[in-house]
This record gives sequence, C-alpha cells and structure tokens, in this order.
Amino acid sequence: MAIAETAPTAAAAPIIDAEEARRARNRRRERLGRWLMPLIVLVVMIFLWDRICVWNNIPHYILPRPGLVAETLWVDRLILFKALLITLRTTLLALLVAVIGGVGLAVLFTQSRLFEMSFYPYAVILQVTPIVAIAPLIFIYIQSKLIGMLLCAWIVAFFPVLSNTTLGLNSADHNLRDLFSIYGATRWQKLRYLQLPSALPYFLGGLRIAGGLALIGAVVAEYVAGTGGVGSGLAFTILESSYRLNIPRVFAALILIAAMGVVIFTVLSLFSHLLLRKWHESALKREG
Amino acid sequence: MTLQETGVAAETAAAQPAPLLSLDGVSKVFNGDLVALKGMSLDVFQGDFVSLLGPSGCGKSTALRLIAGLSHPTSGRINWAGGQDAGDLGVVFQEPTLMPWATVAQNVWLPWRLRGAKFAAMKPQIEEALALVGLEKFMDSYPRELSGGMKMRVSIARALVTNPRLILMDEPFAALDEITRHKLNNDLLALRAKIGCTIIFVTHSVFESVFLSSRIVVMAARPGRVIHEVAVDAPYPRGEDFRTSTDYAAHCRAASAALHDAIGD
Repeated sequence: MAIAETAPTAAAAPIIDAEEARRARNRRRERLGRWLMPLIVLVVMIFLWDRICVWNNIPHYILPRPGLVAETLWVDRLILFKALLITLRTTLLALLVAVIGGVGLAVLFTQSRLFEMSFYPYAVILQVTPIVAIAPLIFIYIQSKLIGMLLCAWIVAFFPVLSNTTLGLNSADHNLRDLFSIYGATRWQKLRYLQLPSALPYFLGGLRIAGGLALIGAVVAEYVAGTGGVGSGLAFTILESSYRLNIPRVFAALILIAAMGVVIFTVLSLFSHLLLRKWHESALKREG
Repeated sequence: MTLQETGVAAETAAAQPAPLLSLDGVSKVFNGDLVALKGMSLDVFQGDFVSLLGPSGCGKSTALRLIAGLSHPTSGRINWAGGQDAGDLGVVFQEPTLMPWATVAQNVWLPWRLRGAKFAAMKPQIEEALALVGLEKFMDSYPRELSGGMKMRVSIARALVTNPRLILMDEPFAALDEITRHKLNNDLLALRAKIGCTIIFVTHSVFESVFLSSRIVVMAARPGRVIHEVAVDAPYPRGEDFRTSTDYAAHCRAASAALHDAIGD
C-alpha cells in the first residue's frame, strides 16, 4: 500500500544523479561561454588598445584609438559601405564561379579517369602558385578589371571545392555502388542519387574554406588592380587611405573585411547545417 | 540426415522442375593466378533456401557477386530460367547499406526509382514491403534514427520491394548481436513463408544455416570450391521447437562435420 501511495510522487520527480547534474551545468556553461567569452576578450582587447594609445601618447596616424576608428566607421560610412559592396560582389561572384568550376571539374574527374589524370596536376599547380605572383600578369593580359579580380579570387577559392568534392564523389559506399549496379543504374543515376549526396558533406566543408579564400583572393586582386590605378573596394580603400596616412579609415576598412569574412563563414556554416542536420554525423547532437 | 558429395545438384534436379538459376562449372580467377572459385556447380530451384557455408576465403561472396552480375566468371556459365532482368534480384549485404540522406521509404523506393518509377505510384508497394518487416510506421524516419536490427529490416524490405525471383543475402545478420540475430532469423522464415521467395544465404554460422535452410552448400578454401551439400529436410515452418529438437542437433552435427572437412581439421 505504501509503495502504491508513494509511487506517483517518485515517478513525477525526475531522477538526476550527480554526474547528470554536472553534465547539465557544463552544457549551460558552454552555451553561455560560447558567446560571452569572445565578447569579454573583445572588450578587454579594446580597452587595452585604448589604454596603450593613451599611456604612450601614440598619434592617431600611427595607431588610432578605438573610439576614433568607430567614429570613422560612422562618418565614412557611405564610402566604406560602397567599397564593402564592391568587395562583397567580387567575393560572392568568385565563390559562385568556384563552386560551379570546382563541382563541374570534380564531376568530370570522377566520370573520366583520363580527364582527371590529364588535368588534376595542373589544378594543384594553380593552387600552390601564390596568387600575388600571378595577379599582376592577369591584369596585364585581361583588360576588364572585374574579370581579372574574379579570376584571381577564383584561382584561390576553387581548389578546396574541387578537392573536397572529388574526394566526396569517390567516397560513396562501395556496397551501395554495387547495389546500384545490380539494379541496373545508369551512370547519371549513380551520380545523381548516390555520388552527389555522398559528396555533399565534403563539398560543404570545401565551400566554407572557399568562402574565406574567395575574400582573400578578392582583396589581393583589389590590391594589385588598385596599384594600377583602378578599383574601389575595401582593399583599395586601405591602400589609398594608407597613402594619405588616414590610419583610422585603414582600421575601419580592416574591421569591415574581417566582419565580412566572419559573416560569410557563419552563413555558409548555417547553410551546411541546414542541409545536413537530418542525417549527417557532423550535424547531429549526441547525448552525454 | 545425409552428407552428400558435391555435384549432387544433378540428383536434386532430376526430382524437380528446371532450376531457377544454375551455375555450371563456374570458376573465377583473379590476377591470373588467384583461384577464388573453382568449378562450382549449383542448381537453385524456386522456393529453395540455399545457404553457402564455409571458412573465410572459400569463395562464398565471390559466388554471390557472380550471381549478382557484379563480376563475370573466368569460365563456366550462369543460367537464369527465362533470362535475367534487373528486377530479378534482391540483395542484402552484411551492412544495412542504406542511404543516410534518404528516409526509410525513399531507401525502399530505390530499386523502383532506378527503373524510373515515381514514388507516389510505388507507395503501396513500399508500404507493403515495410509492413512485411514490421516497419510501416517508420516510413519517414532516417536510418540514423533506427537500431541495427531495424536498419537490416529496411534493407530486407528494399530487397523485397520489386518482388524478385531470387534474394541474395551476404551474411546479413553477422554484425548484429545474438538476440537480434535470433529474432531476425525467425522473422526471415516467417517472411519467406508469407511470400515464398527463393533465397541464397551466405553465412559462417552452422546453427544459422541449419535453422534457415533447405540445403546447405559447404565450401572449402584455396581454391574456393563446393565440397559437400547437406540437405536439411526438416519441414517449415520452423520455430523454437525446431531449435531445441534432436533433429536440429543432428543436422548441426552433420553440417559441422562437413565444415570441419572443408576447413581440413
């Protein structure tokens, strides 16, 4: 009788042992820490930066105080925003072309071993040659600055997409490959229903790397194109402002480039999570 | 219980109609000198449950790959009664081999999808195949949400969905725990009783082969070849009574003796 009376109460109360409670505490701490800790570090760094400027009487054309950089961000917002849009446009276009070119080449590589043997070494050579060494030549041979910049950014960005997608296309489960063969799948069906879905996590990993590299490529291209007297993106703004000793604006442009890189990475990570969240190990949450 | 020498297929064939599938002196040689399979002859009749039993390297899986058309014999012939079509075969591998990005229903739809059939048109067949393995309520689940045994059931449903003439099973329950394996053995026989399919089943387990099969083909390694055929003449349906019967034990002893012969003990 006593057991029957106490049973509902016992069932209603969740059983949490010490280990479970510690785990829950750690989870809460980690959720909070993920945002709070970088924020604290940022505030401390800005504070130190400001104090270093004040304590050492550093002039603003050498190292501006954070407040002045923030003020420049606001005062020069129209110039900076316009420059940001131009750099962003080059970056996104280059990323788009890198995706099309990288995935397209990867598909061709996996469809034809001969094609892969012929061209893969050149893709590697293109990747390992520093873009700053090639960029001046590109702007000599290509008249359109936009196409030149796109080409620079593409050269830097396409390889991770190509390399990862090729790996992914070749990583389809061998039993599934056999199954497709047994059921008489055509080459196109194997590619569409097996190889491309298998390659998706690899491609998305490459895409996240390519996003950052496309920005680097775009910035390098703007530097090189800018020295030729053309260009008005953020990199050119940095170049021009440094000539004029407008260091606050250099910092403002730098902050915008870094912020753009973070936003691109975040958006691509979110995109990746949305596509993989239902089935891929990398996007699944585990208990314990 | 009889322990028969190889080549006995001919004797069985004389008492039955034309075989659904026959292997006639099939050999497979890799790299010019590695004889994976030597002169295998086997007739499989409609409704047979044939187990290929033997040690690693005896050519069981090679034989299955040849039957599946994934590889071609170096010599000998494989004949299908009335010729072979892509829908004639259902295959279950050792791993569930499901597409992790697709739902259970989409996985089962695969054989039809590759033949150009739309999902909506095939939905009744997909539901029916999943109902046969008791997973009709999991159509929209992803493989990661299922247990090992459930994934294997999905794999079996996929093999059944085209209503194939022959199902090839390559050690399908080897990676499962003993309890799940036991249950799936029972379920497989129940399924077979319901739909009357013909099965070739590769296994390392004497007990599993005796419980499931009507015939056990015992193979030896180096070179891979058939050395005995053991007929398991216990009637179906088989359940727990059969597992604990003296008849089962006698068949296990006979299969075990044949296997020891194959291993060379």
